[in-house]
Amino acid sequence: MWTFLVRRLLQSIVVLIGVTLISFISLQIGGDPTFLFVSENASVEEIQRARVALGFDRPLYVQYLSYVWNALQGDFGNSLSYRQPAMDVVLESMPPTIELTFFSLFLAIGLSIPLGIFAALNRGKPVDGGIMTLAMLGQSIPNFWMGIMMILFFGLYLGWFPISGHVPFLEPLFDGEFRTAFTNLPQSIYYMIMPAFAVGTYTLARNARLIRSSMLEVLQQDYVRTARSKGISENRVVIHHAMRNAWLPVVTMIGLEFGFLLGGVVVVETVFSYPGIGRLVFNAINQRDIPVVQASVILLAVIFIILNLIVDLVYARLDPRVKL
Amino acid sequence: MANLTPVPSATETRTVSSAPPSYRRKELRRALQSMVTSRWALVGMLILAIVTFVAIFGPWLAPFDPNRQNIMMRLLEPGQAGAGDLTYWLGSDQLGRDVFSRLLYGARVSLLVGVAAIAVGGTIGTIAGLVSGYYGGWIDDVIMRIGDIQLAFPFILLAIMFLVVLGPGLVNIILVLGIGQWITYARIVRAQTMSLREKEYVEAARAMGDSTFSILFRTILPNIIAPLTVIASFNVAGVILSEAALSFLGLGVPPSVPTWGAMLAESRDHLLSNRWWLAIFPGLAIVLTVLAFNIIGDWLRDFLDPRLKENG
Repeated sequence: MWTFLVRRLLQSIVVLIGVTLISFISLQIGGDPTFLFVSENASVEEIQRARVALGFDRPLYVQYLSYVWNALQGDFGNSLSYRQPAMDVVLESMPPTIELTFFSLFLAIGLSIPLGIFAALNRGKPVDGGIMTLAMLGQSIPNFWMGIMMILFFGLYLGWFPISGHVPFLEPLFDGEFRTAFTNLPQSIYYMIMPAFAVGTYTLARNARLIRSSMLEVLQQDYVRTARSKGISENRVVIHHAMRNAWLPVVTMIGLEFGFLLGGVVVVETVFSYPGIGRLVFNAINQRDIPVVQASVILLAVIFIILNLIVDLVYARLDPRVKL
Repeated sequence: MANLTPVPSATETRTVSSAPPSYRRKELRRALQSMVTSRWALVGMLILAIVTFVAIFGPWLAPFDPNRQNIMMRLLEPGQAGAGDLTYWLGSDQLGRDVFSRLLYGARVSLLVGVAAIAVGGTIGTIAGLVSGYYGGWIDDVIMRIGDIQLAFPFILLAIMFLVVLGPGLVNIILVLGIGQWITYARIVRAQTMSLREKEYVEAARAMGDSTFSILFRTILPNIIAPLTVIASFNVAGVILSEAALSFLGLGVPPSVPTWGAMLAESRDHLLSNRWWLAIFPGLAIVLTVLAFNIIGDWLRDFLDPRLKENG
């Protein structure tokens, strides 16, 4: 257990160093990065002054080391448009994004398991065909278009759901205002349903297919046949014997899924004017606010790495065949 | 998942180049038959054929210049007549440009970016995988760790980070999307190469004094092409989706080139005034194209290795 933990932690650290290296390279790849931080009509003297002030006149390895040192302290420089530390700006818009990512994961997993199992149990019947066709379609729809279509149909045409906005849940929770947080929760979910569904469609579709085929495989195993021959009810066979193993491949995917969902959230938030990190990145892209883009991407990558670490540990506990 | 493709034995995936013509004809017939029996594959092929046709002949098919603005003809609903006897079949946008013509031109960018990015990523990944799997040791370690680091980033974020600095542009987006894919190919090629390098026919080639280059590219590579085509097909779908997302964020090709993603981005400002045609048609075009590649990927996987058939 400890060896696994230490090895996995060391791996994560190597990956983190790689992340800083890649983000550092991304700054340098377009030539002198000073130009990213000064206005277009800056004079030569102003550019030179900025170059010295930002440290871009130093040798590359010194720049990299100081970049890592600053990144470790969460210092990515000041946001060019907000005039305050970029990381602070990013952290402020983090809670809504966390809410949306977890809720869409919850929706995607929560719906894909029953759908996949239902399709597997009705293999070859029209309902199976229907679910699988929808799943195929779900894997081909861009999440942001899904969002736009939902706004048009459920938001504007039927008027069932709000087309933009957000009611905070995590922010009051972090501030210790539990009462406000839980009073907000139903509204918060109501506002998140459409964006979360748009973000989660692909994951939902892929997992439904994955669970169906894994369920079909498990249903043919000897231990399921044994359970059936013992006269156990079909429901019990499905829930207690088959399902426990059928959803393991989905657990392995959850870590990667987070990354995928985080990427999706960035785009979908823009569609719903949802005040999270995605909309922040979108605005930062348009204003070429490089510190904010860098801080956001690195923060998301770090979260992704940590979540993957947790998922690996949980998986190892769930599946006794994985040796710790 | 396609990347769980087990290693096909040498007898299963005979190299097309070395196969006799009669064998090739038989394989082709088997492929066509399988495609006709699985109706979905046929539908996928048909959609792909149409999109490819449109991408190539778009300029001749488009009734309007996709960039010609006409303020008098702003936001026309689909089917309305314009100047002369020309009709805005799919309506016009906020600058009076014809949606249908822009859609036809958009097919070019989507397909070009999809295929070119896969060519870039596939080539880098295949070479890296061959070298990694054949030599093993520290080379293998270094290549695979670089891949691990790249996979630690949610891909779209990585693309955003580079494109913000590099600026939008066709070549930039192809390179970024292509480089983003290499590790998928490298991992599969590596695994296959590791198992193939111990096979007798590879040893025979080595014993006959073939160069490493020849062994890698003439003996091993033709035998691992099959799983690669399956992945490439799914991958094109993924890349087209990513391109659309990046264009939507304003990081795609320059605004003078019409793309489906950018058309969707512009449609956002007109949702509240219910100009639905601006949002529906480009989205449908993306969905159909991506769907076609996904269906073909599914069919290819089942055709090349029936053991992987999704049980149904």
